[in-house]
Amino acid sequence: MNILKKILGVVWLLLAPVVIYFLVSGAITHIDPAGKKDINNPVIWVIIILIFTPIAIGLMIFGWYALKGEYEHLPEKSTEI
Amino acid sequence: MANNSYFNRMNETNTIRKVIAASSVGTMIEWYDFYIFGMLAKTISTQFFPEGNSTAALLSTLAIFAAGFIVRPFGALVFGRLGDLIGRKYTFLLTLVLMGGSTFLIGLVPGYKTIGIAAPLLVLLLRLIQGLALGGEYGGAATYVAEHAPANKRGYYTAWIQTTATIGLFVALGVIMLVKLNMSDAEFNEPWGGWRYPFWISILLVIISVYIRLKMEESPLFAKLKSEGKTSVNPLKESFSHKANFKMVLLALFGAVMGQGVIWYTGQFYAQSFLETKCNIEFGQSRTILLWAIVFATPFFLFFGWLSDKIGRKWIMMAGMLLGILTYRPIFSYFLEQTDVKQWNAGMSFTPGEEVIKSDTLNLKGTNHIVEKSTRPIVFADGRSFVQNKSDTVIIDVHNSITKPGPVTYTNRHLDQGTYWKFIGLVFFLILYVTMVYGPIAAFLVEMFPTKIRYTSMSLPYHIGNGVFGGLVPFIGLLLTTTYPKDPLVGLWYPIGVAALCLIIGCIYLTNKIDKDITD
Repeated sequence: MNILKKILGVVWLLLAPVVIYFLVSGAITHIDPAGKKDINNPVIWVIIILIFTPIAIGLMIFGWYALKGEYEHLPEKSTEI
Repeated sequence: MANNSYFNRMNETNTIRKVIAASSVGTMIEWYDFYIFGMLAKTISTQFFPEGNSTAALLSTLAIFAAGFIVRPFGALVFGRLGDLIGRKYTFLLTLVLMGGSTFLIGLVPGYKTIGIAAPLLVLLLRLIQGLALGGEYGGAATYVAEHAPANKRGYYTAWIQTTATIGLFVALGVIMLVKLNMSDAEFNEPWGGWRYPFWISILLVIISVYIRLKMEESPLFAKLKSEGKTSVNPLKESFSHKANFKMVLLALFGAVMGQGVIWYTGQFYAQSFLETKCNIEFGQSRTILLWAIVFATPFFLFFGWLSDKIGRKWIMMAGMLLGILTYRPIFSYFLEQTDVKQWNAGMSFTPGEEVIKSDTLNLKGTNHIVEKSTRPIVFADGRSFVQNKSDTVIIDVHNSITKPGPVTYTNRHLDQGTYWKFIGLVFFLILYVTMVYGPIAAFLVEMFPTKIRYTSMSLPYHIGNGVFGGLVPFIGLLLTTTYPKDPLVGLWYPIGVAALCLIIGCIYLTNKIDKDITD
């Protein structure tokens, strides 16, 4: 299981930039000042990209920790934290 | 001796009941306050954010999106830090006052026609305060109850807090329906009409809840830490810059709360919006379907909280996610099939009602265009009905007239009793998944983090999971539907995908072990 945790760490590491890429390309495709739908609204895209970028970076860090084996043992007492 | 132990147990039970009541009522009111704004968004936008004004449109967008996506997680940080520094009791008292006060004030802001751009600015400010307060409330209430609960009943007792989001939704739906049923649409939508009543009612609820909360003691675990001088000096730093704790924050978010957020949102909100806008079920039926499903499903929050004390939290939450992943598309597909009026027409005799036609004449480039809008109710023998809407344009010039048939739409679909109850059953299952993922999660989060930074550490992943991942369900749904218009269920791939990712991470990285001792 610990090997699987490490291998999947690479997947989480790579998934984060893919998410950011899709968000940015989605914004470029759908932003349309003449459009009336939410997905045409640049303000919404800016908010979503702003809030999602740190979350995606968090996913990368999660992947990095997994790759380094940080999740092989989870803390059982607060002294371990 | 036996008598003493009996009275001790009674005292303990009475105390925990008061703790649960004080925490749950307040949290329920906060959810109620947050929901009524969303449910009355259409009326609010006509009163405060008129169409055609670009500044008002921008403020409207910020009020809807920023409150959920940015301010809620920010509120989690601000109030989480306060809760770990000064205590749980006063922090979640403050969030309650802020939430109730801002909700009441939204009901008092004069409309755009009276005070101009100040109206949307004030509403935006108050909405952001609502988001901030909601971000701080949940972590405090869950922590407060968990820190009073005995280890073997932590899941069950904190599950009472978990019912509040759904009961808040129920109360919000019920209050709005009650007000609407007692007046005409015109009276409801007037500048000082019935739509303001749900906002004003909030202040009464908040006064009662503040009174109850003021009488409560501080959490015993936090009080002990404080008396020993062991509280955190900088909860934000300890939560997010110490690797050992930060890795648990990330695990909580990606292994549990992210999936819980999308299951929660899809079961309660996407389902309702889908029944109203995609299935075009009439207002009364679509709302009562959700209300009945909530009534039947809510006790299961407590059941799964209780069960998590016996068998662990992890697998109940993972099972809820798995069921959502496997059954969302078949359930929503069934909703579409059963409300397809073309199939109704094929199989049953019906009585067409009287057609009402309204005509408008337009003169475009010297040619008269008559737009004929007709509505005709169609009633079937088994009780089903719908309204057929047509909009034809007749173009008349000097020589002749041409009729251009417009699109035909079918609205206000009314289900027969059998199908109506089947829909209630299916929405019940959608909410049952919510109870599986959401019932045990408060205890799960509390057990992941130490007392001195618990409020901060659990609040942030909770509000990112629910506010951001859950709150994005309608937006990503719209994005997918626009990109792939042939599949009406394509929007479901977002919650299914996020839940699947969370399920994999949760199954592989989380432990099912219950932390009996949360005093450290």
